[in-house]
Amino acid sequence: MEAVYLSFILMLSIFLGLELIAKVPATLHTPLMSGSNAISGITVVGALTAANQGSSDVALWLGTAAVALATINVVGGYMVTDRMLAMFKKKD
Amino acid sequence: MTLNIDLLVNLVYIVSAVLFVFGLKMLGSPATARKGNLLSSLGMLIAIVITLVNEIKLPWENIVAGLIVGSLIGAFAARKVEMTGMPELVALFNGFGGASSLLVGLAAVFVAGNTTFTNITIILSILIGGVTLTGSFIAYGKLSERLPSKAIQFSGQQIFNGVLVLAIIVSAVMFCLQPAVDSPWLIAVIVLSLVFGIMITIPIGGADMPVVIALLNSYSGLAACAAGFVLNNNLLIVSGSLVGASGLILTNIMCKAMNRSLNNVLFSGFGAAKVSSAKIEGEVKPINPDDAYLILEAAQNVCIVPGYGMAVAQAQHVVRELSDHLESNGCEVSFAIHPVAGRMPGHMNVLLAEANVPYDQLVEMDEINPRMSNMDVAIVIGANDVVNPAANEDEGSPLYGMPVINVTEARTVFVLKRSMGSGFSGVDNPLFFGDNTRMLFGDAKESISHIVGEFKS
Repeated sequence: MEAVYLSFILMLSIFLGLELIAKVPATLHTPLMSGSNAISGITVVGALTAANQGSSDVALWLGTAAVALATINVVGGYMVTDRMLAMFKKKD
Repeated sequence: MTLNIDLLVNLVYIVSAVLFVFGLKMLGSPATARKGNLLSSLGMLIAIVITLVNEIKLPWENIVAGLIVGSLIGAFAARKVEMTGMPELVALFNGFGGASSLLVGLAAVFVAGNTTFTNITIILSILIGGVTLTGSFIAYGKLSERLPSKAIQFSGQQIFNGVLVLAIIVSAVMFCLQPAVDSPWLIAVIVLSLVFGIMITIPIGGADMPVVIALLNSYSGLAACAAGFVLNNNLLIVSGSLVGASGLILTNIMCKAMNRSLNNVLFSGFGAAKVSSAKIEGEVKPINPDDAYLILEAAQNVCIVPGYGMAVAQAQHVVRELSDHLESNGCEVSFAIHPVAGRMPGHMNVLLAEANVPYDQLVEMDEINPRMSNMDVAIVIGANDVVNPAANEDEGSPLYGMPVINVTEARTVFVLKRSMGSGFSGVDNPLFFGDNTRMLFGDAKESISHIVGEFKS
C-alpha cells in the first residue's frame, strides 16, 4: 500500500510541476534551471536520514559524502540563481 | 513522543513543499522571480533544520563537516562563475545531484530487512543517479571544451548500448532477488550505470548540448524522486518531480525549437555526418564600420540578433551602448532571442541582463518574425544557425524545418563575424551571400566599439 501511496504523490506532483513550469517565460529559463537544480538538492534531507539509518560505518560515510554533494547543489544553486535574477531589470 | 516529532517533521515538510511551489510560481515573471527564489531557499532551509532536529542522534562531526564543505564549494562556485560559463556550472551541479542520489541509494542497502519494493527503488536511485553523474560530467567536458564537442560515434554503438541496457536489467533483477551489501550484482549496477551515462552523452554533438543539459536536469530531479521512494520521504518525491517536470518541459521546448524529436537529438549524431547538397550562390559583400554607422544613423527600426559568439567576444556591453545610442537617436531597438541561442535555455537573456539590457526589450522569435519586414537593419552578432535561411528553403540542409529568425526579410542585414567559418553545427549559411547582407568582418567587440565611437563624435 505504501508503494501505491507514494506513486500517487509522484503522479500528482509531476502534473503540478508541468502546470507550474509551463508558465515560466523563456527569458527566465536559465534561472529556472539553476533554481530547480537547487531544489533537486533536497536529496540532502534524504542524505541526512540515510547517514543515520544504517548501523554501518560505510553507510555513515556514504551519507556524509551525499550530504556534502547535495549541499553544493543547494547553496550553489540558490546563490547563483539569486545572482542572475538580480540582473534582470525593467526598462525605466 | 517519537510519533509527535514524526508528525511535526512531516507538517514542516508540507510547508517546505508549499514554499517550493510558490517559489516556482513566482518565477512566472521577472518582477517577482527573485523573491520566489528566496522563498524556495527558505523552504529548503526549514526542511534541513527540521530533519537535523529529528535525526538528533546523528554523528554531528560528519554531518556538520559535510554541510560546511558543501556550502563552501557551492558558494565559491556560485560567486566565481562567469555568465558565459553558466551551462557548465549547471551541468556540474546536475552531476553532483545525481551522485548524491546514488550515494543515498547505496547507503540504504546497509539497512537490514529492506522489502523488495525498497530494493527496486534503491536500484532505481543508483541507476538514475549514476547515469546523471557521468552524463553530466561528459556534458560539462563538452561545454567547457575539455572534451571534443563533436559527436562521437563508432560502428556497433547501438548494439553495444543494447547489450549494456540488457546487462543493467539482469544485474538489477539479480540484486533484487538476492539483496546483500556485498552482492557483486550491486557493483555491476553501479559500474554499468556509470558507463551508460557516458555512452548516452558522447554521441551528442556540441550544438545539441542545451537539450542534453535540460534532460539531465530532469534526471537529477527523478533521481531525487527515486531516493524519496527509498526513504519513504514525501518531500523528496514532490520536489524531485517538480524538477523532473521542469527539465522535461525545457527539453521539449528545445527540441521543438530545432524541429527535431528527442530521439533524433539523442541518437542521430547531428552535424557529424550530414553534408548539405545545395550549392550556395552569390557573393560576399563586406562593409566597413564607417559605412555601417551611416546606415544605422538613418535607421528607424533596428533588430539585434545575438548569439553565443557575442558572449565569447564579450561584446554584450558595447552592444548595449550601441542600443542606447540608437535609441537616443530616435530609433526603436529590439533584441530577437531564438530559443536555442546560447548554450542553454534562456542563456542569451541572462547574458544581456548582465549587460543591463532591460528584459522588456528582449523579444522571442515568434513575436519578432512577423515584424521583421519593418526592420531597417537587422544586426546579427555571433549567431549563425538560428538565422540560417536554409532552414526555410533548402530541403537538403540538415537544419531544414528548424524555425529560425527571418533576418533576410529586413531591409539590410549586418552580419558581424570573425571570418567565413560555419556555425557550431558545421552547416553552411547562405545568409552570408544574400543580396541585402553586408558582412562586417573582424572582432565583434571592436567593430561595435568603432560604431559607438562614431555615434559619440
